[in-house]
Amino acid sequence: MTGKSCSLTSQEILDTYFLENRARLLEIASFLDRLDRAADAGEVRGEYRRRAFEKALALLLEPGGERTKAIQLLFSDPSSEPIESALGLKATGAWGGENAGN
Amino acid sequence: MRVIDPHMHLVSRTTDDYLALAYGGIHTVAEPAFWPGFDRASAASFHDYFHQLTVTEPARAARFKIRHYCWIGMNAKEAEHLELAREVIAMLPQYLDRPNALGIGEVGLNKNSRNEIAIFEEQVELAARRNELLLIHTPHLEDKLKGTRIIMDILKNEPRVTPERVLIDHAEEHTIGEIKDNGFWYGLTLYPDSKGSPARAIDAVEIFGPDRICINSSADWSVSDPIATLKCANEMRRRGHPEALAERVFFENPRDFLGQSPKFVLP
Repeated sequence: MTGKSCSLTSQEILDTYFLENRARLLEIASFLDRLDRAADAGEVRGEYRRRAFEKALALLLEPGGERTKAIQLLFSDPSSEPIESALGLKATGAWGGENAGN
Repeated sequence: MRVIDPHMHLVSRTTDDYLALAYGGIHTVAEPAFWPGFDRASAASFHDYFHQLTVTEPARAARFKIRHYCWIGMNAKEAEHLELAREVIAMLPQYLDRPNALGIGEVGLNKNSRNEIAIFEEQVELAARRNELLLIHTPHLEDKLKGTRIIMDILKNEPRVTPERVLIDHAEEHTIGEIKDNGFWYGLTLYPDSKGSPARAIDAVEIFGPDRICINSSADWSVSDPIATLKCANEMRRRGHPEALAERVFFENPRDFLGQSPKFVLP
């Protein structure tokens, strides 16, 4: 990143964006509550997307202004070798390791 | 304000959407060839589709005084069927010669498989041989970073293709820097759910600067918004950026990239 700043002051950013991001935060909280209320809640706690999601939540509290990029990298396949075939595969939003999540 | 949306799939949109574009000031659009949501059974289906992109859709757009350009290519999603994909590549030149076809696109990778790479490399070779502009599709979600890097390696290995004639689309925060560092144009796509938002797109303009960026709606048959570029321009105003910067990002940049094709003409 170039380190260029936002055009708004911190106060203006809070005035402009706090309410909509408060709502997004509550959506995430209710998503996690919904997972906990599921009948099989204990069984999916280690599922690769849930694990990635919880790691991403921890990144939100990291300082430094590169949280978005860090979360994108967390969800990404870090390998470089092509896969043999794409037949029947689709993106799920988080990388679950070799042969996982597809 | 004047807006060019450089990436829309208008064959999937309604006439009401064309009206919304016209009312909003989006009077020029470019439509890449893509995957229709199902795998096509034969090359004949591609003939019909490329005819739609080069004859039917421009006529439909013209009813609303919208200039319609297109890109012709074999998409990555159907590249696993090598025999069909090569049959389609063989037919591309006749459609690339049509008056509204600006280059080869959107081509690239979807899941980063060996067959996808083979079909992409063959189209890069075709682009190099014909000196065509290239519009690149990068993979979705967790596959994007890996696919973007493979794509750039392939492009850099073809000396006849220069980066200023290539736009790598659907970039996000983790791929923009590498794309820019390699000299390519990059596209940001505004999707309500699965890609970028107006706020994140303007964050990118602020962080990476306004050079070589094109912002698009990629409005198609899934959850998407044909006037997303207008909403994004409004986000720029919301932050107090000057109107000239919005004009640059949403009109001058796509004009300058697409204008490298002599077929792209604005009044």
